[in-house]
Amino acid sequence: METVQSLVQLRELLETRQISSYEITSEYLARIRRTDCQFNSFVATYDEAALRSAQLADKHISDGLLKPLIGIPIGHKDVFCVKGEKTTCCSSMLDSFVAPYDATIVENLQNAGAICLGKTNMDEFAMGSSNETSKFGPVRNPWNLDRVPGGSSGGSAAAVAACIAPACTGSDTGGSIRQPASFCGVTGFKPTYGLNSRFGMIAFASSLDHPGTLTRTVEDARLMFNSMSGHDTQDSTSSTLKSASTKSKQKQMKLGYPSSLFSDLPNSIARPLEEARKILEEQGNTIIEIDLPHFNVAVAAYYVISCAEASANLARYDGIRYGLRSKQGSTFDELCERSRSEGFGQEVKRRILTGTFVLSVGHYDAYYVKAQKIRRLIRDDYLRAFESVDLILSPATPTTAFRLHAMDREPTEMYKQDQFTVPVNMAGLPAMSIPCGFADGLPVGLQIIGPHFGESNLFELGVDFQSLTDWHLQCPATLS
Amino acid sequence: MSCSSHWEPVIGLEIHVQLNTESKLFSTSPASVHPVPNTSANLVDLAIPGTLPVLNKEALNKAIMFGVAIGASISPTCRFERKSYFYPDLPKGYQITQLANPIVGKGSLDLHVDGDTVKTIGITRAHLEEDAGKSIHDRYEKVTAIDLNRAGTPLLEVVTEPDLNSSSEAAACFRQLHTLVTWLGICDGNLNEGSMRCDANVSVRRHGTQALGNRTEIKNVNSFRFVERAVQYEIDRQISLLEQNETVERETRLYDVERDETRRMRGKEFSDDYRYFPDPDLLPVEVSQDLVRSISQSMPELPSNRRKRYTTYLNLNPAVAALLTRDRATSDYFEAICKVTNNASLVANWVLGNVSSVLNRDAITIEKFSLSPESLGVILRHVDSGEVSDALAKQVFDQVLSQGGSVHDVLDQVKQARISDNSELRELAQTILASHPDQVKQLSEGKSKVLGFLIGQAMKTSHGKADPKKLSEIFIELTST
Repeated sequence: METVQSLVQLRELLETRQISSYEITSEYLARIRRTDCQFNSFVATYDEAALRSAQLADKHISDGLLKPLIGIPIGHKDVFCVKGEKTTCCSSMLDSFVAPYDATIVENLQNAGAICLGKTNMDEFAMGSSNETSKFGPVRNPWNLDRVPGGSSGGSAAAVAACIAPACTGSDTGGSIRQPASFCGVTGFKPTYGLNSRFGMIAFASSLDHPGTLTRTVEDARLMFNSMSGHDTQDSTSSTLKSASTKSKQKQMKLGYPSSLFSDLPNSIARPLEEARKILEEQGNTIIEIDLPHFNVAVAAYYVISCAEASANLARYDGIRYGLRSKQGSTFDELCERSRSEGFGQEVKRRILTGTFVLSVGHYDAYYVKAQKIRRLIRDDYLRAFESVDLILSPATPTTAFRLHAMDREPTEMYKQDQFTVPVNMAGLPAMSIPCGFADGLPVGLQIIGPHFGESNLFELGVDFQSLTDWHLQCPATLS
Repeated sequence: MSCSSHWEPVIGLEIHVQLNTESKLFSTSPASVHPVPNTSANLVDLAIPGTLPVLNKEALNKAIMFGVAIGASISPTCRFERKSYFYPDLPKGYQITQLANPIVGKGSLDLHVDGDTVKTIGITRAHLEEDAGKSIHDRYEKVTAIDLNRAGTPLLEVVTEPDLNSSSEAAACFRQLHTLVTWLGICDGNLNEGSMRCDANVSVRRHGTQALGNRTEIKNVNSFRFVERAVQYEIDRQISLLEQNETVERETRLYDVERDETRRMRGKEFSDDYRYFPDPDLLPVEVSQDLVRSISQSMPELPSNRRKRYTTYLNLNPAVAALLTRDRATSDYFEAICKVTNNASLVANWVLGNVSSVLNRDAITIEKFSLSPESLGVILRHVDSGEVSDALAKQVFDQVLSQGGSVHDVLDQVKQARISDNSELRELAQTILASHPDQVKQLSEGKSKVLGFLIGQAMKTSHGKADPKKLSEIFIELTST
């Protein structure tokens, strides 16, 4: 088996019986065992269960029972509940929590035949852009072990980049799929809000949380999306609408280009993005200058809203029913306080405090209400832009992968990592980051944003781009 | 309280109505509370990470039904907020409730005392919210046990305007809301099990003044009588404080049933900050006019309407109409009898008299009453037509209740057993006439009412066995000669 394998390739190999699911699964488990000590991308592997499922898949394949992802092993970000397995959100708070049920997307992927290799590392409760807040320790970027993989889905991105998992699930609240995808040189995709069910995904900020994928190719992202998505009666925000099916292949598209977003980038990053734009232009797509006037206030509004929601979403961790319970504390208030003090890390506490503050009497209007107004304006900016363009091009990140601990003392600098991705979550739009080159040996991502339910055009353009480039097939030198 | 006439109490109520839905407000576990702790609480109720709330439409529909019944505006979009506080029996660390857009807006309730409308009470709003679990402090030593069976059961919180001015009005208002929600079938009305819980906000002010006095809130009273007593105690306490030039503290108080007094529970000087914000897990639900229309069409006739119909078309007096409509089962029973016989006032007398005493004697509700309204209707049709006397009808009623059997058979038996022999009746009539010379004189002067009296006397003497129809004919014949 080759080092780099897309899901589509693996499926081809399985369907033509060139390789068995058992062999594939064993191979990836072996790679994790052999090399993941460098990256720390997996926090748990389910070797036995995975191999058992692989044997079953092989039987199904030989019986001709073909499902879209039959026999293909994938990793799940530790934010998704997998029945009978620890689901910790990489927090001490949930150290001992064993999920009693499967998340809807876990179930959907399993029904499509996928095999679960294990759980991938992440920032604690998905709060972070560097994967340094995990209680399992930081993940290292396979392209440079001194660098972070991005976050919060850092484990998933690193695992795909290091070819120790062909694909992983992720979650994206403000860029948590696209930023690590950009840092690790893989394809990170999240659909329109409501298309992938949130049921069983441990909540950070409900109105912004999007389940999605980290894959080698855009084709793989589409393959996974088709199996993951669908209306879920257990999630009230799940959409009953479906993503528009591919129209008569719209090859030439109008691409919105907010040039102000590109102008402040360092040259090393601007150059590959410029190259990518040219390639798309040469394909007959039209580049149209657009303006997103409220872009600059998005990060501030995002942190108000996401922290507000998080402060309530994380109130359930009180040490009473599950999770960490402090050994000290003789009253409920004491027990609750101690458990939360011991169970949550610093970044999580910072966000709970921020959220509690912005929701409190006397501050609510100045922060929460105002942030919601900004959110509406941002959404309107996009809707206006999509009246004249099919898709929007944008940088994915303002920098390439930075060094571990580089932002230890500057949490708000870290928050700015999300400046290009956050507005997309505020509007609930589908978007992806795809590799488009390198800057000083580190991957650079191009972000493509679609209108609501416009996944098919997004996939079309991404597939086109990847048919003309091979950035997505590159492998870090650490692997050889 | 010698000077109490100088003071005017001002009272508003907040009543938690537990809706009798199949499942909980935001989860699929059963809403009827299971006696074994923590057996009717599922993953959502336990706030297991990753779980999400899904609104129970049945609860929404029942809230809408209440809104229609009090003539309130129904919010075209139904939104929910999170109300945050930490408590061991509140699994999510917040309660899902409604703040900005309650499903039921302003409405009103006509307050009746003895059938007369005393005043119209404004209903400020009614909103949906989930109940918390229970903390049990007294079962185990040193530890508190948590039962989450009740967590997530649907409540409709009804808030009245401060339009009530006495403890009896407060109790009447609670009672009437109880009648209404049980009538509509949206609440089982079981006060002992906490299906309705009342908080009362009480203040007093000098008669003729506008400004409200400092108010106290009495929490969690669950009977009509206790509401009346708790509110009265609080009115008296506040008046006596004010008359001694002391101030009423803004505070929350508890009513102690044993000692019949209210006690301070906590002050209100530090108002809690619940950090309300719209629940992002629940999208606003559109409430269409079509839905409101179809719910109002599916609703039973309201008690106020029936009351009006009883006084206007059936000529019942208002007090009787009020008693008949105190609960829907009684009113339905009454109406079912009226389908068999026309004499509404006779039926009303029987339902509120004979039927009611049997129910009281056996401590049962009318739903459990063994005599069908159709059977009782047949008995009363015989009374109405004069075929059977009231006393004999009572015998039939008692016999059917105690020994069973068909009403028709028992009626036939008593009809056969009765004195219908003309000579025997004539003899009885003559005896009665002989002992009532005054009445005989009045009758001959054309006062026909006396005939009824004479028949009554004859019935009494014959222990109800005489045939009243024939008796009447004989009396007329004997006195007209």
